[in-house]
Amino acid sequence: MQCPKCRAPMHTYNRNGVQIEQCSGCRGIFLDYGELEALTRLEAQWSQPAPPAAPQAYPAAPPAPAAPAWGAPHGGHYGHRRHKSFGHMLFSS
Amino acid sequence: MPPDHHPLLRELTARAAAVAHQVPHTAPCPCAAATLADRPDGTVVRHGDTVAKAHARDADPGELRARMETASRLGDTFVAPLSHPSTDLRGRPVTFWPYGIPVDPDAPEAAPWEPAATLLARLHRTPAPPGLPGMRGPLNAARAVTRLRAEAPDHPATTPVLKAWSTLPAWAGAEAPMPGPLALCHGDFHLGQLVRLPGGGGWRLIDVDDLGTGHPAWDLARPAAWFACGLLHAEEWARFLAAYRNAGGPAVPAAGDPWPYLDIPARALTVQTAARMIAKAVGEGRPLDEVETCVVDACARIASVEAPAAPGAQA
Repeated sequence: MQCPKCRAPMHTYNRNGVQIEQCSGCRGIFLDYGELEALTRLEAQWSQPAPPAAPQAYPAAPPAPAAPAWGAPHGGHYGHRRHKSFGHMLFSS
Repeated sequence: MPPDHHPLLRELTARAAAVAHQVPHTAPCPCAAATLADRPDGTVVRHGDTVAKAHARDADPGELRARMETASRLGDTFVAPLSHPSTDLRGRPVTFWPYGIPVDPDAPEAAPWEPAATLLARLHRTPAPPGLPGMRGPLNAARAVTRLRAEAPDHPATTPVLKAWSTLPAWAGAEAPMPGPLALCHGDFHLGQLVRLPGGGGWRLIDVDDLGTGHPAWDLARPAAWFACGLLHAEEWARFLAAYRNAGGPAVPAAGDPWPYLDIPARALTVQTAARMIAKAVGEGRPLDEVETCVVDACARIASVEAPAAPGAQA
């Protein structure tokens, strides 16, 4: 793939599971559909404060359930649960 | 909306009232009454303790009768229809049901996941009566894709949805028989298909339109798809799945990874959901919202991963 700005070849890199194309000339970055959102989600995860360490006496949290290969990365986007459209989705055909 | 739609709604409301009061009824009365749904494939009105449903115009009367008889026999799983004879209204078959209290759509966190899973497991373990038609889940998925192609061919989100659809085997689009072992299935399970009977009768399933024999994992595939889209909490999905397994549900093995069995139906329901969301957004002339975008993103991921060759096979 050629850089749309300077026409130098672009190389693909994997950043935390997101494929990004970077130009070898001007260092510009090209994102495919959905990749900006994936990076934004990653950033939101990093900026969340680390949870306090659980006291040793408590049992470990249950293991996360199995998910398909195409499942949402990084534990999902549960911030949308209060979204009206989320409730609508659960209740419609 | 067809031009005769509002007369249909008015007449359906009058019939519900007449059945509720067991006499022709026109005067205003203090009963709770409401339009519960108003679509070409299902107009539903309530009057007091009675619900009247006008089914789709193309509903096969014989198939609908077989589905109603099945619901009548499964009183511990389905709301049984009222004995009032089914009729016809402006070319649409009309059936009558007792009113049940639905799940509160404003409190999805209070959804009865365990009772829902137990009802589905019980349904799937019930031998299908002879002559019952096929479950219509795959047909509904295919119809949603057909509508998407017709109504939103140029929407940017249509491409990943159609690519995801192309990963699916023919049976998932009702173009080949479903793989066995087949079971008695609801065919269109979501949280709107659960009601509590008044008087503490417990939860029951409603809506027999898609009921039939089929691949039982289809009934688990909406919650599975919501989880895979990153929208349903892992904890709630785990509760639903555990309750289904505890109740002896046959759609997935009792232990181990259920996804070899769920993958194809969950892909199909993700595509169906995305297709309907896009068509709706286009119809309303608005961009996709965040939740809708999550479902389209899941379609893009589906398109990049090959589907299992058959239920139970590893991808």
